[in-house]
Amino acid sequence: MAVRRAKVKSTGAAQDPALGTAMFAPAALYIMLLIGVPFFLAMYYAFSDARIGNTDLHFVGLENFRSILQSPSFRSAVKNSIVFTLASQIIVIICSTILSIVLENKFRGRGVIRYLILLPWVAPIALGAIGWKWILDSIYSVITWVLVWLHVFKPYGAPMWLGEPHLAMASVILVHCWRLIPFSTVIMLAGQTAIPKEIPEAAAIDGAGFWRTLFQIKIPMMTSIISVAVLFGTIFTFTDMTVVYILTAGGPYDSTQTLPSLAFATGIQGSDLAAGAAISLFLVPVLVVIAYLMLRVAHRAEAT
Amino acid sequence: MPVVETRNLTKVFKEGELGAVNDVNLATREGEFLVFLGPSGSGKTTLLRMIAGLEEPTAGEILIGGRVVNDLSPRERRSAMVFQSYALYPHLTVYKNIAFPLKAQNVKKELHKDKVEWAASLLGIGALLQRKPRELSGGERQRVALARAIVREPSVFLLDEPLSNLDAKLRASAREELELFHRRVGTTTIYVTHDQVEAMAMGDRVVVLDQGVVRQIGTPREVYDEPADTFVATFLGSPPMNLVEMGDFIIGFRPEHFRVAETIGDSPKVTFDLRVENVEYLGAEYVLSGSLAGRRLDGKKVIARLLLGQSFEIGTTHQFAVPEQHLKFFDRSAGKRIEPRTLEWQ
Repeated sequence: MAVRRAKVKSTGAAQDPALGTAMFAPAALYIMLLIGVPFFLAMYYAFSDARIGNTDLHFVGLENFRSILQSPSFRSAVKNSIVFTLASQIIVIICSTILSIVLENKFRGRGVIRYLILLPWVAPIALGAIGWKWILDSIYSVITWVLVWLHVFKPYGAPMWLGEPHLAMASVILVHCWRLIPFSTVIMLAGQTAIPKEIPEAAAIDGAGFWRTLFQIKIPMMTSIISVAVLFGTIFTFTDMTVVYILTAGGPYDSTQTLPSLAFATGIQGSDLAAGAAISLFLVPVLVVIAYLMLRVAHRAEAT
Repeated sequence: MPVVETRNLTKVFKEGELGAVNDVNLATREGEFLVFLGPSGSGKTTLLRMIAGLEEPTAGEILIGGRVVNDLSPRERRSAMVFQSYALYPHLTVYKNIAFPLKAQNVKKELHKDKVEWAASLLGIGALLQRKPRELSGGERQRVALARAIVREPSVFLLDEPLSNLDAKLRASAREELELFHRRVGTTTIYVTHDQVEAMAMGDRVVVLDQGVVRQIGTPREVYDEPADTFVATFLGSPPMNLVEMGDFIIGFRPEHFRVAETIGDSPKVTFDLRVENVEYLGAEYVLSGSLAGRRLDGKKVIARLLLGQSFEIGTTHQFAVPEQHLKFFDRSAGKRIEPRTLEWQ
């Protein structure tokens, strides 16, 4: 019955292509205006000498790319982006897997804990990051205060969390993890419900203990959902500049500058639109690969 | 020594509510096929899960091999279970599924191959070892689940409605295979089902459960011919036993014992007048439903199963009878079986 109705509908649209086009147009228009136009504009700028406040545009070929590839801050941004993305994804996946497994079991106060864990994702990122900026501040840091109180560091001898290259990078990574963990925990919790409860029970009867059930049954059964979480997380991390921008603005000495934050600093703050556009174009190949992998994972999940 | 024994086993899920399993006492016999039979919600699966160690009893004891196992984890009880959904590990091949219990119990790796192949050949799935569960049919999955259960030679098999996911045709052949399999390995087996045909066909003994209470334990013949109460009498048999209230007790008789009076012969019998209200032709037999006529029993609904031979018009009245030895008597208030009475209603 339902099949027949669907068929009638589709022939209706096929007989009247104008209606079909009209129905489809808003979505196409939306994507074109909000994603297509900026994307092609960026491509266009990347091959030009566009600057803020200058209406003259000249085609300059690969000149922008040549100069970017030679700039040391671009190279360090590529390296930082990779470190930032890899490190935070590893931490996020480990933590959210553990959390999702813990939160799957019923215990008193589970609802409250689930809510608290979700909070960082719901809170506006700018507010959260400003909070962290205070927590990690060179003078007012709570962490420093506690460590001094515990006599781990002498007063005024504590490290400056955002002021030393490696510590700054670590801080940025951890704050970003704080933000992403809830998101991937939620994805994984949803994925766990897809494991029928008889499966871990069968494993228990077959004699498997907690760790064997976890590593040989549960986690392998969660691979496709974990990959979804990783791919989403990678996109969010690789293209994100909020945490970096608010906490360190890329400093000290470009040590936390990632590709998006460098593109922003060069293109908008440095008013060299062309160079900024060229830098951000370097994100595209990576994102294309991730998008391809995501589609494959989705397809595989459908097939099983 | 019984392989599995329960003593006053009780499970209450929510305080203040009626128990899912109430005060169950039973013991398996060596090598027997024991069936838990009951409608849904009768507690049969909960009882099985408590024996397996997946559910913690509220009160009472479970013994396996003479040892109280209440505090032991499922792995320490060394029982094997086949789930209704089979619960095969979807990411592992059939071979790895069957080998999993061996790995989990730290059986030496050199022995795995032989044992897996032994279990697979016992169930005729030797050719499927490299497949993944999703590439198998329902019947094949069931065999893999059985092979995974048998591979470590458990002391008891626990089967939770393993046939209910198969289509009707496959179910009959799978049932027969299970019986053969049990005869071959001889392991004590507890089998949960809501299907009385399965229970009658497969069970050495049947435990009839209702609302968490054991109504009767006995051989299929005992629970069918000598039901302990009205629940057992009506739950087994299709169509169920006719129950007719008579004063402070209830008489029961199976539809197949309710026959045309003159075909019964000289044995002592009790006769009734039956007004035929509906006739169903089922190929090998007729199912007649109607109501009794006359005196105190007027209007009571009953069903008769008759072999072919005589035809009945709807609306006509015939004299039917039940041989006296096939009349069962139940207490009216509790539904329990009581001694035969002399009937005085004529």
